[in-house]
Amino acid sequence: MIKFSEIKKSFLVSLWFMFLTFPIMVIRVNPIEKTVQWRWRNMMIIGIGSFLLSFVWRFMLERKESGQKKADVFGIHKISFIQRILQEPKIYIPLLIVTGVFAIVFPFIFSAYQTNIMITALMYVMLGLGLNIVVGLAGLLDLGYVAFYAVGAYSYALLNYHFGLGFWTVLPIGAVLGVIFGILLGFPVLRLRGDYLAIVTLGFGEIIRLILENWNEFSFGPSGIANIPRPGFFGIEFSLQSATNYIYYMMIGLTLFTIFVVNRLQNSRIGRAWMALREDEVACQAMGIDKTKTKLTAFALGATWAGMVGVIFAAKTTFINPASFTFLESAMILSIVVIGGMGSIIGVVIGALILILLPEYLRAFSDYRMMLFGAILVIMMVFRPQGIISNVRRTYKFQGKQQ
Amino acid sequence: MEYFLELFLGGLTRGSIYALIALGYTMVYGIIELINFAHGEIYMIGAFTALIVASVLTLFGLNQIAILVLASITAVIYSAAYGFTVEKIAYKPLRHAQRLSPLISAIGMSIFLQNYVLLAQTSDFLPFPSLIPDFEFWEAYSHIIGSAELVILITTTIVMILLTFLIKFTKIGKAMRATAQDRNMAMLVGVNVNQVISMTFIIGSALAAVGGVLIASHIGMINFYIGFIAGIKAFTAAVLGGIGSIPGAVLGSLVLGLTESFATGYVSSDYEDVFAFALLVLILIFRPAGILGRSTTQKV
Amino acid sequence: MEPILDVKKLTMDFGGLRAMDHLDLDVMEKEIVALIGPNGAGKTTFFNCITGIYTPTKGDILISPPGKTRERINGLKPNHITEKGMARTFQNIRLFPNMSVLENVMIGRHCRLNSGVIGAVVKGKSTIREEKAVVEDSYKILEKIGLAEYVNETAKNLPYGAQRRLEIARAMATEPFLILLDEPAAGMNPQETRELEELIKKIRDVEGLSVLLIEHDMKIVMSLSDRIFVMDYGKKIAQGTPDEIKNNPVVIKAYLGEEVDA
Repeated sequence: MIKFSEIKKSFLVSLWFMFLTFPIMVIRVNPIEKTVQWRWRNMMIIGIGSFLLSFVWRFMLERKESGQKKADVFGIHKISFIQRILQEPKIYIPLLIVTGVFAIVFPFIFSAYQTNIMITALMYVMLGLGLNIVVGLAGLLDLGYVAFYAVGAYSYALLNYHFGLGFWTVLPIGAVLGVIFGILLGFPVLRLRGDYLAIVTLGFGEIIRLILENWNEFSFGPSGIANIPRPGFFGIEFSLQSATNYIYYMMIGLTLFTIFVVNRLQNSRIGRAWMALREDEVACQAMGIDKTKTKLTAFALGATWAGMVGVIFAAKTTFINPASFTFLESAMILSIVVIGGMGSIIGVVIGALILILLPEYLRAFSDYRMMLFGAILVIMMVFRPQGIISNVRRTYKFQGKQQ
Repeated sequence: MEYFLELFLGGLTRGSIYALIALGYTMVYGIIELINFAHGEIYMIGAFTALIVASVLTLFGLNQIAILVLASITAVIYSAAYGFTVEKIAYKPLRHAQRLSPLISAIGMSIFLQNYVLLAQTSDFLPFPSLIPDFEFWEAYSHIIGSAELVILITTTIVMILLTFLIKFTKIGKAMRATAQDRNMAMLVGVNVNQVISMTFIIGSALAAVGGVLIASHIGMINFYIGFIAGIKAFTAAVLGGIGSIPGAVLGSLVLGLTESFATGYVSSDYEDVFAFALLVLILIFRPAGILGRSTTQKV
Repeated sequence: MEPILDVKKLTMDFGGLRAMDHLDLDVMEKEIVALIGPNGAGKTTFFNCITGIYTPTKGDILISPPGKTRERINGLKPNHITEKGMARTFQNIRLFPNMSVLENVMIGRHCRLNSGVIGAVVKGKSTIREEKAVVEDSYKILEKIGLAEYVNETAKNLPYGAQRRLEIARAMATEPFLILLDEPAAGMNPQETRELEELIKKIRDVEGLSVLLIEHDMKIVMSLSDRIFVMDYGKKIAQGTPDEIKNNPVVIKAYLGEEVDA
């Protein structure tokens, strides 16, 4: 039974939110025609919505707190349902095969439009995995990740425009430029404390965008660069349809490559050092780990993927301008990492697919997309900071030794 | 010389608006060590509320001064209410979380509020009624500093004096200072820390609303995005002065305002925002403690 | 014989405050040395200075690792000092809480390994060999310290005493010649304290390392130490064997205050 006091609480919350949202939700002014529109229906929606949501909110908070207490007392660490599935070979091997087959036949079943959306989703998988190195593994909150993405995109557009360089030549160049910019930006800022680092990277990201917008001679300003060629295949030019399919399979390959590399990195000497750095900087240094070098590697390797995906983005859309590289883009990539689960590869893949595909297919939601991202970031931090799939520590077996 | 004076006063005006926003950042940071990323949005909501109230009242045919006063008061109340609510939803449950969690939550809140206003209102720039009248007695000097700028300077000064008084002499001010120094100790001697934190958000947000109303009626245009840039700049100012320090925030804001004013006046206006960001990056790299802040040694 | 750690006239100022004043201290090979003193005497500051977290204002820190030449290490970064062979634990436990027990120890091995980014991605023979060795070595250290049963446990879920021991295991993994323990017995129950005492003895006698110990538990200090240094208000007020310290009036005064007749 829901207690009366609970209802009263929710009622008060609902009243408060009706008051709070009143001017912005209810009144809409048209300053040119000098008319005012009163949208009382919105107030009703807010009232009922916040009444119901406040129950959910309190229930979730309580559950989280009692869960924490349980874990404190009994030392229980729950392994979530999804993780258990993923650890069971009987389940994950068929699942992997089905996913693989689906990925291969996808362009034959669905239209070029759908394939394009999938390409975008895969690009964000790569971006997410790259940022995951920096944020998830090394614990450095980089809010200017989009700057490296822009570096990649503009390096393809400009190198192609001025020197006629092709996609496959620029792809590694984009990656290398990502590394170089990562080191250039990283070197001075990486000794800053966590939240300062976040703001400085944000500043850098914005500076790069503003320069691209204003330096017309270099970047063609806000009008951007058009007619960027799609990737070719040993000089063969494709029709639009087959070019899309080609990019799609290329993206599947690159995504697998990314997963492979990130997975290797994660379970290596460097990967462990990143995680130790995230956990405790002082102890990490006391264990003989060079803090600056380790941070810089994470920053530079993260930037590599952004540089590469930037090149792909320019090739896919054939047109770029600075408007594609705003802070919101960085925030979106960050959301992918946070929602998926910081430090978890499979989590980031799922996070990217959810965040990119859901708004595409739920058209009704697409207007609310950014607002939902914002809300999701808050809700995840409050209720499930470890993400959908939390990073599980690798276990080692010692035959005959253990007890 | 006159051009110099114009730029100087323009920079001062700009700086005092930054100061009103920067104070919110610095006060919150001083107490819970959080960069309240959504603070710029609180300022934007203040400006929007004022615009909506002013437009409605204009339809009712009130006179200009009454509109100005009513719109400002509503904006202050609403911003304070939003600040209070944001803290309760997005930061309070994270009091003991890892350091980055509240910051990510704050970024989420900022994105949410921007898009909330975008969807509920419009993405277009809205003309903001010029609420501050042109004073006749000031006309002789208005080529150097307009009466709107004059009002901004005077209002800011008054608000600063009130704030100083509040923090120095009132009970809540003392509680705030105690909490900023040592939250656990303050709790032990009976300070209601949750209340102090709420109060800090309320005061900071109210100040931002004042800034929002002043700048909106000065520039005459607002949209849902004004909070982002203003927020970053005010944050820069707060860091420049030494985050956590109240006089630092004011000093930093004036320095930033003047720098921007002179840089755009003498160098180029294309890169106006780049100057601010570059300044932010440079300070954080070379003097992260700011002008008035002291560097602290990390405890091990 | 030359001391392996030789600290001369070490001074540390924080602004106007002198936290440590011309402190001399030395540790010989295979020796357990204790540094004691009332709270706030500057013991942890001393640790932070010699492990590179603070840069001392004045004085010399000299090390002579066995088989290597004498060297001044003032102002080196903490990670370089660990590389040179001095490893520490922390007063308030600083493990890597979300990593497994084994991984915590593996981090300690970090500075003795070589594989880099390319090695990690390509995973050639030498990397595979190195990874295999680091797992084996780390496990051996856990066995020595008595934490083998917890290998795959997440560090933050360990009982308190085991967390303290894990810090020691992690420090041992860096192959130090001198291990610095900052209040290892703090918060332990008598049973855990006894086990710790055994462990520290083993570190000297079996592993052949030197130990520099900050500790408040006088029973441990007196039974373990070969020599004791006493600090008060940033200065060294006494040094000697446990028996000498027990009967030193200056020390008693520092601990118990002026009024007591020594």
